[in-house]
Amino acid sequence: MKLAGWGRYPVIEANISAPRSVDDIIRQITKGTSIARGNGRSYGDSSVSSSNTLHMKHFNRMLAFNETSGQLVAEAGLLLADIIDVFLPEGWFPSVTPGTKFVTIGGMIAADVHGKNHHKDQSFGQYIDWIDIIKTEGKIERCSKTKNPELFHRTIGGMGLTGIIIRAAIRLKRVPSAWIKQRTLTAENIEQTIDLFEQSLDSTYSVAWIDCLQKGKKLGRSLIMLGEHAQLEDLPDTLAKSPYASPVKQNITIPFFLPACLLNGLTVKTFNKFYYWNSKRKDQYQLVDWDRYFYPLDAILGWNKIYGRRGFVQFQCVIPLDKAKDGLSELLQTISVANVGSFLSVLKRFGEQESLFSFPMKGYTLALDFPVNPKTLNLMQQLDLITLKHAGRFYLAKDSRMSRDTFLSSDPRAKTYKSFRVDGGLNYSFSSAQSERLGL
Amino acid sequence: MKKAPVLILGATSDIGLAIAHRFAKEGYPIQLASRDVKRLESDRADLEIRYSTKVSLHEFDAIKTDSHQRFVKKLPIMPGIVVCAVGYMGNQFESERDIKSASLVMRSNFEGPVSILAEFANHFEQRRSGTIIGISSVAGERGRASNYVYGSSKAGFTAFLSGLRNRLADKGVHVMTVLPGFILTKMTFDLGLTPFLTANPNALAEYVYKSYLKKKDIIYFYKRWRLIMALLCHIPERYFKKMKI
Ligand SMILES: Cc1cc2nc3c(=O)[nH]c(=O)nc-3n(C[C@H](O)[C@H](O)[C@H](O)COP(=O)(O)OP(=O)(O)OC[C@H]3O[C@@H](n4cnc5c(N)ncnc54)[C@H](O)[C@@H]3O)c2cc1C
Repeated sequence: MKLAGWGRYPVIEANISAPRSVDDIIRQITKGTSIARGNGRSYGDSSVSSSNTLHMKHFNRMLAFNETSGQLVAEAGLLLADIIDVFLPEGWFPSVTPGTKFVTIGGMIAADVHGKNHHKDQSFGQYIDWIDIIKTEGKIERCSKTKNPELFHRTIGGMGLTGIIIRAAIRLKRVPSAWIKQRTLTAENIEQTIDLFEQSLDSTYSVAWIDCLQKGKKLGRSLIMLGEHAQLEDLPDTLAKSPYASPVKQNITIPFFLPACLLNGLTVKTFNKFYYWNSKRKDQYQLVDWDRYFYPLDAILGWNKIYGRRGFVQFQCVIPLDKAKDGLSELLQTISVANVGSFLSVLKRFGEQESLFSFPMKGYTLALDFPVNPKTLNLMQQLDLITLKHAGRFYLAKDSRMSRDTFLSSDPRAKTYKSFRVDGGLNYSFSSAQSERLGL
Repeated sequence: MKKAPVLILGATSDIGLAIAHRFAKEGYPIQLASRDVKRLESDRADLEIRYSTKVSLHEFDAIKTDSHQRFVKKLPIMPGIVVCAVGYMGNQFESERDIKSASLVMRSNFEGPVSILAEFANHFEQRRSGTIIGISSVAGERGRASNYVYGSSKAGFTAFLSGLRNRLADKGVHVMTVLPGFILTKMTFDLGLTPFLTANPNALAEYVYKSYLKKKDIIYFYKRWRLIMALLCHIPERYFKKMKI
């Protein structure tokens, strides 16, 4: 069956199975090399294996919840959306969330996802107490910070290449309401954007939307959105009565692929301009419900189809703090010269993070979407080089096209990760189209 | 008022479990019954955590009809709704050659369900309330070469439900027959693509729940199956026998 990631590029002919029990999984992984697949929200080929892709959708049960600590034990295929559905009404929220709620626990662990609060709270991996994983021998192994710590730390951010995660214990956090108090700042250029981020390190959440087609003095013009969980006293009486109630929303579904030519420099430019002025006009402070704040794109189901049949690719890199201004300016400069524009250009500030293989490091991360075509693929190679020049690295959950050389020179940790896999014989059991491309 | 529990017979089946989720979501306590209750431990936890409702597990073997009376007696609370999702497809080829295989199919789809539902029917009749939901199959509407042992046992079950409905109509007991077409289950699985005739268990469960509220008698899922079966049933036998379907 043909299979791809969220970007619908590349499309790979893959064998798929959907195991229903641990025994099924063991049977599957002894057949040949395989990779686990969560909800397929990684953009590229990280959850696709032509030899055997294990769809984890049947492992979606909640197994235990501790109402004092907020610890949830659940199976790896459980969707974040379900967790929020069940626990937000009780006052709990994920400690870290990516920009879509349609991801699984397994996928969040394997990518060690980050949210808009990384500068304060680090990544999802910080909130995992233990993981049950099936490795080559086909038995379940529990790992944690103290038990089998190397496996634990390499599984977090390990892109599914250490085994099949069966279940995990994760910690949720208490929130005072289902609402976010949002403050929007505007920055005229990239320098200002970064300065504002640095002044806002106290905010729980922060993210910037960059209008990446601006040039010259306006290069990196952006809206910076800061957010705090709204306290009861922040809410108008009508909402304070039931602070965890979520407004019911209608989702839009994109039923078919739109023609790729719809997305060109002009439409993107107009869109970004409109967005910028529209937000600038609004009040600085706004009360936003959790769904619209954290998951604005989820309201449009299947939005990946707007990029047309050929799909789209994302470029996401992180540049270390001391090189951020230079690096980001050069990246934005190159994009604006190419004039191919990206609908979604998102900038976030990462805090400290030391991990064995996870993506985040202290600095700035820039994420951009491009429709797939020779021009954008070429542009992305230029962006790769600029990232390398500034000692940055790339987010594997978004990657679908990077070359092995680029990857290996961006991340010295790749070598030790690979030897860990080889030493444990994991490379014979687990591989994805991505790991084969990148030589992991 | 506290809701009486929903009992799911054959709770390890995808359809049975999906229906359990749907009713649990409305706050019904759930009784999950299956041959292998150990396999249901995680589902019990999941249902309890998701919907803050009580879930209990009960050993039940549909083809051990001797045990059925005791099973009903041993239930801590008499359910308000019984869903019978017990079923076994078997393998037509084997069923044609080995009567033991055929018999297992017939007993699983017909004798067993009839035996246990008869018990509940009598209790409900006395109590003058309750709902029986039987999951049968469109395969029972007309025997086909490829599937007739399974189909005929489902046909029997469909007729049983129909008779039961008839008998209990004025006794305050509602009997609903569910006729699913192809459902994505253990044998098949979806990856975002839902073919025209293949429904997923959650969608079916939603429809069952809505139809329960409306006290429907016979429901097809999808509705288009009703049309397909009507056409299929009206092909004269003369021609039908030559179509190997
Ligand atoms: C709209 C959108 C916004 C996003 N925003 C962010 C963001 O803000 N921050 C961020 O960090 N990411 C973000 N992402 C990326 C997304 O969070 C990750 O790609 C995540 O890993 C997807 O989870 P999934 O369950 O869909 O996993 P998949 O995409 O199916 O798999 C991702 C990886 O996890 C592995 N995996 C999945 N399940 C298991 C398992 N049971 N055992 C072992 N390995 C497993 C796979 O092998 C693969 O390597 C976003 C994606 C989208 C589409």
